[in-house]
Amino acid sequence: MKSKSNTKKLFIHLALLLGVGITVFPFLWMVLTSFKTVGEAMQIPPTFFPKKFLTDAYTQIISALPFARVYLNTIISTVVTTVIQVLFCSMAAYAFARIEFPFKNAIFVLLLSVLMVPGQIFLIPQYQIIQKLGLLDTIPALFLPNLFSAFGTFLLRQFFMSLPKELEEAALLDGCNRYQIFWRIMLPLTKPGIVSLVIFTAKFAWNDFMWPLIVNTSPKMMTLGPALSTLQGQYTTKYPMQMAGAVMAVIPIIVLFFIFQKQFIEGVAQSGIKG
Amino acid sequence: MGDDMAESKVRTGTVKKKASKRAKKDWVAAYIFIAPVTLGLLVFYIWPFIQNVWFSFNEVNKFNMTSFVGMQNYTEMVQDKEMWTTFGNTLKYVICTVPVGLFLSICIAALLNSKIKGTSVYRTLYFLPSVTMAAAVAMVWKWIYNEKMGILNSVIRGMGGKGVGWLTDPKIALYMIMIVGLWMTVGYNMIILLAGMQGISKSYYEAAAIDGAGSMQQFFKITIPMLTPTIFFVMITSIISGFQVFDVVYMMIGKTNPAYTSTQTVVMLFYRQAFDYGHKGYAAAISILIFAVIMLVTVVQLWGQKKWVNYD
Repeated sequence: MKSKSNTKKLFIHLALLLGVGITVFPFLWMVLTSFKTVGEAMQIPPTFFPKKFLTDAYTQIISALPFARVYLNTIISTVVTTVIQVLFCSMAAYAFARIEFPFKNAIFVLLLSVLMVPGQIFLIPQYQIIQKLGLLDTIPALFLPNLFSAFGTFLLRQFFMSLPKELEEAALLDGCNRYQIFWRIMLPLTKPGIVSLVIFTAKFAWNDFMWPLIVNTSPKMMTLGPALSTLQGQYTTKYPMQMAGAVMAVIPIIVLFFIFQKQFIEGVAQSGIKG
Repeated sequence: MGDDMAESKVRTGTVKKKASKRAKKDWVAAYIFIAPVTLGLLVFYIWPFIQNVWFSFNEVNKFNMTSFVGMQNYTEMVQDKEMWTTFGNTLKYVICTVPVGLFLSICIAALLNSKIKGTSVYRTLYFLPSVTMAAAVAMVWKWIYNEKMGILNSVIRGMGGKGVGWLTDPKIALYMIMIVGLWMTVGYNMIILLAGMQGISKSYYEAAAIDGAGSMQQFFKITIPMLTPTIFFVMITSIISGFQVFDVVYMMIGKTNPAYTSTQTVVMLFYRQAFDYGHKGYAAAISILIFAVIMLVTVVQLWGQKKWVNYD
């Protein structure tokens, strides 16, 4: 009986390891290729491990594109989007969850309707707004529409609604105003929700592709995604360079993921339970 | 006694006054709290939505000047062969990736739901592709698929086979893109399904075990039926995102690729029309079509779910 369950476990592990192999291999191949010379990468049959781990591809890419600048653009855009979006969303979410005011439901439903529409619908007019403001090819173009999120407001509202009402009532009787209650009492208590939204938004902003591709077309103002596309177009056969670019583009989020894996995974796991 | 009454009346009066004063203060606070999101969404989303609908009945030139053309964009769209091809490709993508993706993610979730060691390590590794940038990952896959020097063909040649033009053969390129799409999303959906499985009460399984049900029977008679709400959720979100594939196709298939027409999706067509060719009115009509199709599919799904989704 014991041995039967052990062989069963062995098979489960084998099946899972096969899947892990498929999942991890592209990452491994990306990293290994990035340390090869162009000649070695294109050699037939290929080597698996580089003969010598060379960092040439990384130094080349930094001089070929305004890579440092692109990196900085991506960081700025991600940080600004995340901080402001989370702040705005949590403010609105608190009001929608806890304060009675005229037209509350009508406004809330109006905002929620944004969630039902695929993003392409907004793109052309959004582009024109940025154009009219003279902001094409600037940093603010990268983050402006993303500062406002119906999804984030909805997500955090759920968290605020789950907090006990007594806390707030006690604070109101003690003479705290709404701003103090929000900032000092409610916001700290919704930390898990805030963390979820921070992770979700940061990941989204870092990986975003179509919007930055449309608004910022000069190489100095790009973010990483579109810059990789340019790299691929300019250095068609310099695979180590392409892979070095890919490695540098994914590393920050992967590091963040390994630090906060519990929050990353739990945030996603909960999204289905609500549904 | 009378004094008491009077006093209490006065008291409730002041309390009421205080309350309404508080309510008004609350209103002001609430409007201040919701102002940034509300105004931002109005300016950048709700008004653009209306504008976009208007654009779809207009021709929009380079200087954003509109001239009303009625239904012309829509009639053009129906007659546009390219639109039908891209629409067909997108539909194929959705029809293939959604069931296969569901199947794979349910299988992996079921394996991870058993009593084995190392589940959290597996979970983390399977989740990894879904956090990484699609553009970067697409580049890596393009390199793996490379006809002359890619690792995939090298392995096939090593085993005595012939190399395949994975991304240049119009017959298979779209399927190769689907594999990348699945690779990116299976782990993510698996996490949602696993959470659903772990939410099923153990007592069902205990009762079934007492009745002599084997693990296979338990899986099909308890796990799957109890999981249908989660499966439904994953299915709907996968369909919606499947209709909007863009990044991977954009990165993997260049304009000169022989498989170009057989891999273009509707969102690719939208992008090209709006931002490469400058046909913004026509592109707006395409975006309305995407919206309509997604709405239609979602409504049909919501209606159809009554037949197979269990809500207790």
